[in-house]
Amino acid sequence: MDRSGHQVHEKVADMRPPITSVGWVRWLRENLFSSPLSAALTLVTAYVLYLLVPPLFGWAFLDAVWFAASREECWATGEGACWAIVTTRVDQFIYGDYPADERWRAVLAFVLLLLALVPILFDRVPGRARWLVFSLLYPLIAYVLLIGGVPGLPEVETAKFGGFLLTLVIGVTGISASLPLGILLALGRRSDLFIVRVLCVGFIEFIRGVPLITLLFVASTLLNYFLPPGTSFNLLVRVLIMVTLFSSAYLAEVIRGGLQAIPGGQYEAANSLGLSYWKSMRLVILPQALKISIPGIVNSFIALFKDTTLVIIIGMLDPLGIGKATLSDATWQGLSTEVYVFVALFFFICCFSMSRYSLYLERKLHTGH
Amino acid sequence: MAAVDRADEPFRLTDIWTNQRSRSLVIQIITLIVLLLAVSWIVNNTIRNLSDLGVETGYGFLWDPASYDINQHLIDYSSRSTHARAALVGFLNTALVAVTGIAFATVLGFIAGVLRLSPNWLIAKLMTVYVEAIRNVPLLLQILLWYGIVVNALPHPRNAAEPVGGFFLSNRGFYLPRPLWEDGAWLIAAGLLAAVAFAIWFAGHARRVQERTGRIYPVLLVTLCVLIGAPVVAFFLAGSPVSLDWAELKGFNFVGGFSVKPEFFALWFALSLYTGAFIAEIVRGGILSVSHGQTEAAHALGLRPGRTMRLVILPQALRVIVPPLISQYLNLTKNSSLAIAVGYMDLTATIGRISLNQTGRALECMSIVLTVYLMISLLISAFMNWYNRRIRLVER
Repeated sequence: MDRSGHQVHEKVADMRPPITSVGWVRWLRENLFSSPLSAALTLVTAYVLYLLVPPLFGWAFLDAVWFAASREECWATGEGACWAIVTTRVDQFIYGDYPADERWRAVLAFVLLLLALVPILFDRVPGRARWLVFSLLYPLIAYVLLIGGVPGLPEVETAKFGGFLLTLVIGVTGISASLPLGILLALGRRSDLFIVRVLCVGFIEFIRGVPLITLLFVASTLLNYFLPPGTSFNLLVRVLIMVTLFSSAYLAEVIRGGLQAIPGGQYEAANSLGLSYWKSMRLVILPQALKISIPGIVNSFIALFKDTTLVIIIGMLDPLGIGKATLSDATWQGLSTEVYVFVALFFFICCFSMSRYSLYLERKLHTGH
Repeated sequence: MAAVDRADEPFRLTDIWTNQRSRSLVIQIITLIVLLLAVSWIVNNTIRNLSDLGVETGYGFLWDPASYDINQHLIDYSSRSTHARAALVGFLNTALVAVTGIAFATVLGFIAGVLRLSPNWLIAKLMTVYVEAIRNVPLLLQILLWYGIVVNALPHPRNAAEPVGGFFLSNRGFYLPRPLWEDGAWLIAAGLLAAVAFAIWFAGHARRVQERTGRIYPVLLVTLCVLIGAPVVAFFLAGSPVSLDWAELKGFNFVGGFSVKPEFFALWFALSLYTGAFIAEIVRGGILSVSHGQTEAAHALGLRPGRTMRLVILPQALRVIVPPLISQYLNLTKNSSLAIAVGYMDLTATIGRISLNQTGRALECMSIVLTVYLMISLLISAFMNWYNRRIRLVER
């Protein structure tokens, strides 16, 4: 009814909400200017970003030189970063000293690695069971491909491995060997067998108590004393062993956390079904414990991947080592920022995608109760 | 019960394996034997190798002159000092970078962790970028990056940057004025001590008054005023007994003042930034672990946000934060061994590298290094276990 008493049929149009409570104005008010303090912080931060980001962007892209023969040439053409130091040596950064004619083997091994990873990372691929057999065989295939020594594949010394190839070899071997070892150590630490438990605790605490560098020094200086006279064995193998042992001690602690979080009723239920120790672990306890510890496990893998850079200290040429070697060349001296930023980018991409995958896995496995 | 059923049956050899208790005994005995064999094999090899090489063993070399220089030493050291002293200098350098790094990383981590939960979108995103970018790049790389920036991007001492008067930034290091303590400077220290004593007493007094009457004193304000005021008053009463030793450019380098070497700076800064990012995640997780109902309950009681954080949220969050925080401190200390990459002379770089290379006593040097690190981490984990027991929630 309107004021004069007549029936009104058409609906009065809805009033629009105040401009401050819809759309981007609302978003700005809630997220950037919710209080005087917040507004001040926003303005100060925005100003600092304005001061920093455009010059950095200019340095990295707009004023950068991508191709040149020396740093003098770089500095003559542009004010910004001299990416030429990276572009001229990109092969070295990828393969190290791996012979140029054999590099297709490294590429093939890398492609096969990606293929082998698919059934491990994603469980909804067709024919997963058969595919997994290939993944299990992959280490052998990669070994034959990279090192060779069989007809058709001339042998390549491991001392020639370098660059991202070396990082991937150490990282992937370390990760795949340390997980089973870590599980065994975690089980051993919670075992009823006194001697086994003491051994595992001692090993884990020792490894976790010392820096990886010192262990690598042990591998490069002391190992020869511990082996029978005259044995010499490959530096890469020594490094792989040390990295694996180091990482497995940290993994063991992560997995122990998962084992402790499993309610005692699960252990008792498995026992009352008559399952043997190994069966109860494999079928009941470990699937649950590993699921809980996934974030920690992936964090350990990321840590291991980052720790591969330490091999430069005992003289191996991973990307960082190649970078340092390049910087000691008089043509390129002083361009350390460019080199390190480039290598950092590679590690960031690898580690960041690992951590994103772990988030995806956590969400997928979060079955709830 | 298998044992009862078979009580009258004759003993069979397979019982050793089928009976759980005897089986576990057998497994342990085998493990022990294998372990002892392995150890004796290694010891035997080592003895044979050492006698083949004809090297002397023993720690006597520690008292020989080290004959190498260490550019940063907290205690007196020259190239004629002994290897033992070099190791001590190295240990002190490790301790220095660890302690200062822990302090800076904690401040950085707590600020970043709290700000990541800020309702301010820009700040929260910025902190996320910091944490993700730093955590996903190897520490060694970051140390080298900062070192490279200092050495390559900063000017030569002769045209060093001077952002504030008396502070110089150059590629040979940073130079700050150094305070010189003269007669009567003890009055300042005494003033500071008195202020600390007063602050402690005042905090207790304020708590008692609040418990009795409900009145709240501005404790923080009073404490800050006294802590800053007392030394300043003492400074003027004693007739300004402190003068500054300014850094000066003489020839190619600075003389005097207090210098921070590029090696130390790169290591300290990278370690703090790196560990700070991990601490930020720990702090964020700790705060998120306190249920939101606690905040609402505190607000319902009329506590303001600052007090809610300090009296309700933080004490509960700390229970979650402290154990992983301490293990981050331990990580920082162990990671400081990366010093060797930029030539900062820490424990690993002195006794574990140069002394080792000069004397060839690999076994002895490495055992010292490993033992020191092991002692540090065992001490810290003992402390952590004690702390965990103390703060554990007492359940019914």
